[in-house]
Amino acid sequence: MKLPTPLRPFTERDRVFDALVPPAQRVRRQTRHGTILHVEDVTVSFDGFKALDALTLYIYEGELRCIIGPNGAGKTTMMDVITAKTRPDAGQVFFGDGIDLLRLSEPEVAQVGVGRKFQKPTVFEQQSVWDNLVLALHSDKRVWASVWFRLAPAQREQIEQVLETIGLVAERSRLAGELSHGQKQWLEIGMLLLQQPALLLVDEPVAGMSGHEMEQTAELLTALAGERSVVVVEHDMEFVRSIARRVTVLHQGAVLAEGSMAEVQQDPRVIEVYLGA
Amino acid sequence: MGLLWASLRRDRGGQVLLVLLLAAIILVPLLNLAVPAGAPGHLSAYTVALLGKYLCFALLAVSVDLVWGYCGILTLGHGAFFALGGYAMGMHLMRQIGDRGVYGHPVLPDFMVFLDWESLPWFWHGFDLFPFAMLMVLAAPGLLALVFGFFAFRSRVNGVYLSIITQALTFALMLAFFRNEMGFGGNNGLTDFKDLLGFDLQSEAMRVSLFVASALALALGFLASRYLTVTRFGQVLNAVRDAEGRTRFLGYRVENYQLFVWVFSAMLAGVAGALYVPQVGIINPNEFSPLNSIEMVVWVAVGGRATLYGAALGALLVNYAKTFLTSAAPEAWLFFLGGLFVVVTLFLPQGLVGLLRRSRA
Repeated sequence: MKLPTPLRPFTERDRVFDALVPPAQRVRRQTRHGTILHVEDVTVSFDGFKALDALTLYIYEGELRCIIGPNGAGKTTMMDVITAKTRPDAGQVFFGDGIDLLRLSEPEVAQVGVGRKFQKPTVFEQQSVWDNLVLALHSDKRVWASVWFRLAPAQREQIEQVLETIGLVAERSRLAGELSHGQKQWLEIGMLLLQQPALLLVDEPVAGMSGHEMEQTAELLTALAGERSVVVVEHDMEFVRSIARRVTVLHQGAVLAEGSMAEVQQDPRVIEVYLGA
Repeated sequence: MGLLWASLRRDRGGQVLLVLLLAAIILVPLLNLAVPAGAPGHLSAYTVALLGKYLCFALLAVSVDLVWGYCGILTLGHGAFFALGGYAMGMHLMRQIGDRGVYGHPVLPDFMVFLDWESLPWFWHGFDLFPFAMLMVLAAPGLLALVFGFFAFRSRVNGVYLSIITQALTFALMLAFFRNEMGFGGNNGLTDFKDLLGFDLQSEAMRVSLFVASALALALGFLASRYLTVTRFGQVLNAVRDAEGRTRFLGYRVENYQLFVWVFSAMLAGVAGALYVPQVGIINPNEFSPLNSIEMVVWVAVGGRATLYGAALGALLVNYAKTFLTSAAPEAWLFFLGGLFVVVTLFLPQGLVGLLRRSRA
């Protein structure tokens, strides 16, 4: 007898359901083979258009990976799938040692250690820079814990440090809405840092930044990798060249090429896609 | 506690509200009970009840502001929670009548005798006990809000769609409560109350006590809401209002936050309704009318959103205007209300509080 797809998992005898695993266990982050993110055969289609077409991609622990590709290559959709915003039609996404990201909701994905920075800087404009950072702080984020939340001295210290790192010490009590575009980008990166993610997804971090700001951002992202893995999606080739060690080129929802910047640039397929033969 | 004090020190409007309430708690009983009737400065029982009613509306406005101003949930159905709290109190008052009703039945309220009912419906049991009735004042609106909110927020219904279904909710309840077989007195509602906790509802002392209770409820409701808004919980509410998606990606389960504040607000509205009913002496399905719920939103908009005290101020001013206008020029009231909403939306997006702030800056 063939069971309908949603019921099939129930027949696997060695299957342990996530709901039955204590949360602490789910959050463990040891990684086998040093791979922190496994994206395997992920397909997403919108009305017949395949935004992702059996995309397979591995991100290694501590690396800084740049993902480039022309418009519509599926970069943002890939991030949406990883952060549970979009559910794929097929494929698997595992984080660390066997956390199935496709079974989690957006807040759960954030809690297990995946941070995401959006293309358009999204900060809470009606709240101060400091409060924005407090909101992001890695802590118990359930309702009751929030009602009784008090900032511990160690946490205060942590926020001070991040303020230092993102260069907004003087702006701490200003409303986030009053910051310049570049400063908002930095604030958002600061918020990500306080979330203490093991994997950072950064969507076009230097869009709308001046040359100087871009340099600073490049430095910051390079410094971040190592302790955690950073995935940067970017259009700006100059910027990618300045930070990337390993580049993945997406095209029509699949990986077209992968390697160092120099290798990728010489790949005839990449040249064709980018320059249009 | 420390956090609440620190925030009150910065909250000038909140201080003014609390001081005014304290003054009212002292002065109103004095002017009513100590100053003899006819003497200058005497407050009639009618005025005391009227003021008490305004305070109930102010508490209701605070509850609306908490969900709308701070969490961005534009509720057009808060009248439902207010009315449910009122009905819970009304049922207790009905049971207190005992055999003093027109038909003199020892247990059944008049309207049930009139409908030829033999026995008390199951959900009327227990309401003869004051503590149980008070529990229901919180539980009835709270439970409705919990069930409604659970489905609405889990399905991520928001914006104008949420407003419309809250409106539909209160409209549906109004239609249901109009029906005699629901067991809540049909379109006449519950009335002809005699006493509460053994004291005559018409007595001056009772009126003053109800006024003081309303003032205390408003003060406590304000303080509890203020506390919620200055904790990280309040920050998350703001975050949900301004960038819901971002809040999710920070690891907050947005729907739980919305549900919590929604249920809390519904309970506050229920308390306001329970204090309102003995002061006006009647509760009927008109309290569920969609128009009422829209009026509440107007109070908050006029006073100033996301300030709490502004909501209370708006409720007091608009209701004073309503009392005045509906006796001076009854047909003008609805035009005034509509005009007020237009003017506030176009010229005073921050309400009167925003106007005050601007004139000071």
